[in-house]
Amino acid sequence: MTTLTQQTLTHLDWLEAEAIHIMREVAGQCSNPVLLFSGGKDSVCMLRIAEKAFRPGRFPFPLMHIDTGHNYPEVIAFRDKRAEELGERLIVRSLEDSMARGSIVLKHENESRNKHQSVTLLEAIEEFGFDCCIGGARRDEEKARAKERIMSFRDEFGQWDPKNQRPELWNLYNARSHKGENIRAFPISNWTELDVWQYIQREQLELPSIYFAHTRPVVRKGELLMPVTDLTPAKPGDTIEEVMVRFRTVGDVSCTAPVASDADTVDKILAETATTTITERGATRMDDQTSEASMEQRKKEGYF
Amino acid sequence: MSALEHLPGIDNGLLRFLTCGSVDDGKSTLIGRLLFDSKTILADTLNAMEKTSAKRGMTAVDLSLLTDGLQAEREQGITIDVAYRYFSTGTRKYIIADAPGHEQYTRNMVTAASTANLAIILVDARKGMLNQTRRHSTIAHLLGIPHLLVAINKMDLVDYDQATYESIKAEYTKFAHKIGLKDVRFIPLSALAGDMVVERGERMPWYEGPTLMQILEAAPAAHTERPESFRFPVQFVCRPQDSANPDLHDYRGFMGRVESGEIAVGDAVTVLPNGLTSRVKAIEIGGQKIDRAIHEQSVTLLLEDEIDTSRGDMIVKSAEAPEPVKQIDANVCWLSETPMSPARTYLVRHTSREVKAKIAKIDYRLDINTLEHEPVTTLVMNDIARLSLKLAQPIFADAYRSNRATGAFIIIDESTNNTVGAGMIA
Repeated sequence: MTTLTQQTLTHLDWLEAEAIHIMREVAGQCSNPVLLFSGGKDSVCMLRIAEKAFRPGRFPFPLMHIDTGHNYPEVIAFRDKRAEELGERLIVRSLEDSMARGSIVLKHENESRNKHQSVTLLEAIEEFGFDCCIGGARRDEEKARAKERIMSFRDEFGQWDPKNQRPELWNLYNARSHKGENIRAFPISNWTELDVWQYIQREQLELPSIYFAHTRPVVRKGELLMPVTDLTPAKPGDTIEEVMVRFRTVGDVSCTAPVASDADTVDKILAETATTTITERGATRMDDQTSEASMEQRKKEGYF
Repeated sequence: MSALEHLPGIDNGLLRFLTCGSVDDGKSTLIGRLLFDSKTILADTLNAMEKTSAKRGMTAVDLSLLTDGLQAEREQGITIDVAYRYFSTGTRKYIIADAPGHEQYTRNMVTAASTANLAIILVDARKGMLNQTRRHSTIAHLLGIPHLLVAINKMDLVDYDQATYESIKAEYTKFAHKIGLKDVRFIPLSALAGDMVVERGERMPWYEGPTLMQILEAAPAAHTERPESFRFPVQFVCRPQDSANPDLHDYRGFMGRVESGEIAVGDAVTVLPNGLTSRVKAIEIGGQKIDRAIHEQSVTLLLEDEIDTSRGDMIVKSAEAPEPVKQIDANVCWLSETPMSPARTYLVRHTSREVKAKIAKIDYRLDINTLEHEPVTTLVMNDIARLSLKLAQPIFADAYRSNRATGAFIIIDESTNNTVGAGMIA
């Protein structure tokens, strides 16, 4: 019998090893997977995990971004640069194309495009015949996500049925699907926001600049700071302030708000994350505040 | 607690534990308490909980609101599915699997138990041991959770009475002995008031043991307690032939996770099923070389000799290779609403290997309340039974009690691709 020389992995090593294992299961079980890459901090971690899982080989999947057309330009530039550095193929599919096709109809011009991403995603899945989408969602982000499987089954309409999920035991993941159906795989399900920042620090990962403190014109709306941009101009009567802010998540411009912060390094962000008093989505996502169940509702309709 | 105490300085790894009990036992309240006292619940979540509690006419915040994530659960006030919760202390990260307590959710508890290294079994001090307590303990035992903690909760409702605690403890100890449970500890708690969860409180001076949090902080993480054989199921083979780098033309990396044991460069290994032997030439993570790898690490192994190996094969140390088997005896929990059809062929996934399987014989169904064996001809959802399976190809298995990773398998129905059963090799 082997003698015991070292006891355990650190928590970050354990989380990383689990995520690598999950990505390799996807590669081993699925015939045509894709990794969703937005340029956001969670998907930046996902790329590092993919490198650790598959180098010196190429990734056994392309990267794909569903572009709402309402992203911060810094993030889009970062997305393209990162894909290029890695030498991996990046597919971009745009909501604006779905709108031109008529498959997305906005209620009004300024409606948030966030929830419509599902339509473009499902169209892209069909176009390329993807049988699995790997995403960077975490269970600690939101209540409905806490019950999500690591390999989550979606039917032909991309729907998630929370009451009828496949049981998931040990680390025996079942990523099987029939043609037209789809698996969503979440390798960093068990990570928290703090884990993500600790990993970024340890691996010295580069991030889009808007994650770090910068001065930006904003309008205060209750407890949220609304960024003033071309898409979200100030309304008559609004008071525009220049505030030192950073983004905790980088989603669609129309629904992602920054938080007041002077943390301009990963170390400072980590210190802030450890002391923060508001959850990530609560601080920054207007789309989750409509009702307690709004994430669950969107997920049932094919959202990530 | 000050802020930076939350950033693990000494990293004592990660502990996965399970809480079992029903809403009535105060399970959700206990989880809420752990998250609340470890400062994991943040202001907006608390705010939402306060609003909902007030809407339901409660004066204090209902900590159980934290764990009920799905709309249907909030509407019915019950937990239906396993939920995972996270918190971390100064030294350790925790993943809580929160499993519903009712009998019809046995499959969910089995699911939650499969990844846990410690189980907290909640007992209501006023009610003492119930069928449910026995059921949860039996499942925890069957699923091989090495550490069991019986938390006698709601001590506030029995005036923190030591005699009540001692009598439940005595009754449980007798039961534990009967089913063969070894590592069982007891703790009196009030999840509602907080006594003995994170803080000791002042109302139970007669209890001199550690608090719940101290027990969690000191519990061994998985795999640390005994040496295990090296098991490396191959998940994926890396052959970057198209690379511009000529050094990589002959590169053949076997990618997988060390499920148990450890491996170092130079070790003699055998590749199953072909039985060919070689030595470890290199161990890598993401192309970077390391000298050795331990259990739960995801690595790439390169061997001295060219051996044809693919997903589903297993690399083991030559001195401790398991026997390939084509017939297995196992305890199986049926998970699907569709009953087992004994005439059908199912798919068994064991590590990264998939084989076709037929039911050879169902020995008995285990009544998880009375522990009695009952003859049955099929299995329905939530049944736990002993049966034997005939496999179309061999698997390289260990008994579940000696190795949870290579002793476990799932059963898949190929027509729906659903996971319909969970098995533990006897």
